[in-house]
Amino acid sequence: MTARERVAGTVANYVDERTGAAKWMKKNLTKVFPDHWSFLLGEIALYSFVILLLSGTFLTFWYDPSQREVVYDGSYVPLQGLHMSAAYASTLDISFEIRGGLLMRQIHHWAALIFMAAIVVHLMRVYFTGAFRKPREFNWIIGVGLLTLGIVEGFLGYSLPDDLLSGTGIRIAEAIIQALPVVGTYLAYFAFGGAFPGEAFIPRIFTVHILLLPGIFLALITVHLMLVWYQKHTQWPGPGRTEKNVVGYPLMPAYMAKAGGFFFIVFGVTAFLGAVASINPIWLYGPYNPGQVSAGSQPDWYMGWLDGLVRMAPPLESHIFGYTIPWNILIPGLIVPGILFTGLALYPFIESWITGDKREHHLLDRPRNVPNRTALGAMSLTFMLVALVNGGNDIIATTFHLGINQVMWFSRFAIFILPPIAFAVTKRICLSLQRADRELVLHGRETGRLLMLPHGEFVEVHEPISPELAWKLTAHEQAPALALEDVDDRGVRRAGGLKNKLRKRISQANAETIAKPTLNDLKEIEHH
Amino acid sequence: MSNEIEAIKDPGLPAHVHRKSDTDPVAEKRAERQVAILFLISALGTLLFIFAYYFIPEDVFFFFPVLGNTNAHQLFLGLGLAMALFFIGAAAIHWAKTLMPDEEVIAMRHTMRSADEDRDALVATVKERAGAAGLGRRSLIKRSMGLSLGLIGLSPLVLLRDLGPLPGDDLTKTSWKAGTRLVTDPGDRPIRPEDLEVGAVAQVLPQHFGEERRLLSDIAKDAVLLIRLRPEEFQLSPERLSWTYDGIIAFSKICSHMGCAVALYEQTTKHLLCPCHQSTFDVPRAAKVIFGPSARALPQLAITVDSEGYLIAQKPFSEPVGPSFWERST
Ligand code: HEM
Ligand code: FES
Repeated sequence: MTARERVAGTVANYVDERTGAAKWMKKNLTKVFPDHWSFLLGEIALYSFVILLLSGTFLTFWYDPSQREVVYDGSYVPLQGLHMSAAYASTLDISFEIRGGLLMRQIHHWAALIFMAAIVVHLMRVYFTGAFRKPREFNWIIGVGLLTLGIVEGFLGYSLPDDLLSGTGIRIAEAIIQALPVVGTYLAYFAFGGAFPGEAFIPRIFTVHILLLPGIFLALITVHLMLVWYQKHTQWPGPGRTEKNVVGYPLMPAYMAKAGGFFFIVFGVTAFLGAVASINPIWLYGPYNPGQVSAGSQPDWYMGWLDGLVRMAPPLESHIFGYTIPWNILIPGLIVPGILFTGLALYPFIESWITGDKREHHLLDRPRNVPNRTALGAMSLTFMLVALVNGGNDIIATTFHLGINQVMWFSRFAIFILPPIAFAVTKRICLSLQRADRELVLHGRETGRLLMLPHGEFVEVHEPISPELAWKLTAHEQAPALALEDVDDRGVRRAGGLKNKLRKRISQANAETIAKPTLNDLKEIEHH
Repeated sequence: MSNEIEAIKDPGLPAHVHRKSDTDPVAEKRAERQVAILFLISALGTLLFIFAYYFIPEDVFFFFPVLGNTNAHQLFLGLGLAMALFFIGAAAIHWAKTLMPDEEVIAMRHTMRSADEDRDALVATVKERAGAAGLGRRSLIKRSMGLSLGLIGLSPLVLLRDLGPLPGDDLTKTSWKAGTRLVTDPGDRPIRPEDLEVGAVAQVLPQHFGEERRLLSDIAKDAVLLIRLRPEEFQLSPERLSWTYDGIIAFSKICSHMGCAVALYEQTTKHLLCPCHQSTFDVPRAAKVIFGPSARALPQLAITVDSEGYLIAQKPFSEPVGPSFWERST
């Protein structure tokens, strides 16, 4: 036994005698993780969160969360002598007086954008591959929670510098609160400690941004990862992979080194962006003043879709019995987002109701093999994209020399027309891809080599594909539509007939597939 | 038998393929060197970071292609940090990919569902324990417990009450009163009609007295835009026309949609545009909404001149300014 082994042994013994950790560690150090690039997306989100914690803590040492008015006397000449909030002045100081301060501010903001982007793309990978199916519904819901809180957290962070741009964002948030029927003005006065903007808001959202929400994030991420650990990761279908096993690399050492290394890569890339790519140069906007505005106000992209919906809303407002209901704010600002996020959270349950499938699933779906789900995803993304684009309608109008009205009217129609088109097109594409898979399995790969038949005709030589690939392309299930009768065994009409009919229709649409090739098909071809 | 549909068979996990570094000692040594070099680049990055922090002055700017005029301190500090971090990651991953075991292994899954006997035992235990506590029987305790837990849930709500005052009629009032002078913002100078040419715009606030600086929450309701047209250009009701003075018309600058400052005036079309969501207001027709999401015209402030010839408000705003809210009656 070498000296090093002796020391390690002593330490391990000390810890194990007090915690009994050896058994658990032994089991988990060899835990198997499947490998695929798309499994890194959740990791990027996790690592950006750690980067946000680190860079954010640095910023708290100098940031002064106060709306007390001060006169700026820092080194940025154009703003010297101006009255502004201590929050804005201290953000300027972080940018200009503290060495590394601007770097950390930019790293923090870039990390936030990457965090949100990673969550969204991670969500898309979970959605399109069906990783949300039983037993992973809880993790899906936690994920939707993280996404929602991420948007809120990002917005609050963006508001902290109290510059003209972010103050305008707060003004709009206040208008949404104030628009709520019955309780709106009360909530707004409570949130702002009186009339907008007041002096209470920045200190309050500071506490929420650095304590309350990060705490909730930590708790949710912990549960999220514990569930991934305990339920074991899903895997792509392939040779040797089944619903009952998990094929991949043991945690120690390769997976650990890769995941740990990947953290540094993400951090390095974020630091690089912070070094070279300017983001949110608040000194150009000036301090917040409710009587001013900077032209071309833009929120961060994860809020942009909301802004786009608000911009395209029709000018509707009801006045009933001396009360006002501003639909132009409530519909795009609360009702539509509420429906979208509720639908997103409930999706796993809706799908399993339609398919009647209550089994566990650990093998992922190739998106083409589930055309309706994939098409629904493309449809939702198209909706969000139209909204997001309309959030930049002024910029688009000026860049492409269009009238703002034209862009706005385009969006107002596109938000209804394009999503269904996206659905239909995506579904067609999925089915053609299925057809292509079938061809590939049955007739092999085109080689580009031509062969002259005895009677002079040319045919292209096809090369058979490997059994591994053939298995991969045919491993999925093709479930028939649910047999749902409108009447029960005794010929009595079932209750909830409409619901039943709906379920039947969707289930039939779901069953529309290109039959996957079987051994019989292959044998038949050989006979010819 | 032959009629039965047979699915294509799973050929099983393919045999493991060895990497070059597994079999060739030269390749192995090379990989080892590469990992070491990557770690060393990271160390260089940290040195660059420290150098930049202490020795590059903060006020040196230089031209860098693509980035334009760049602050040297910030750039090299950041590049050093990025290098230091990135190459640790690159080294670890290269190490894992070339030198650590890369054989795929198979582990078995277990279903999430517990075994039936465990589930039954759990149900039995819970029933027995709950029975022992008498939860089912002691409805008096159960109800009073429900009441007390429900009530204590209210206390945080009660405690939050002092977050802010009640709105009262605060949202319906501004600082404008009959006779309040209009003063320039910035500058706080009273203005006369002659100061404003036809086609010009000015931002004004109510005259403010006292030592204290204006509160932002006052500006958020008081900000007003003055626009001067030729009197014959107005298309106003007689009442609204009497609220203008010699072609000068005054509107609340706070957008009737969500409260941004309506800042852009297009002289040729005589439109006011809010940059936030592009609500567009037609000035000659009392700022009627002609485009965008806002559902209401900008409130108009009635103005006139006082005996010294300065512009003043005839009376307060006749409706609340800014975004809509429940208690707003018009
Ligand atoms: C703070 C944000 C998040 C972090 C840090 C995070 C982290 C992770 C990580 C590291 C994994 C394992 C690797 C992977 O499958 O990519 C994972 C799995 C998972 N995540 Fe997230 N995630 C976040 C947000 C979300 C969101 C927004 C959703 C969906 C709405 C979601 C749903 C899931 C599900 C269902 C799994 C299990 C998937 C499987 O085993 O294949 N997560 N998460
Ligand atoms: S705030 Fe002016 S258009 Fe929305």
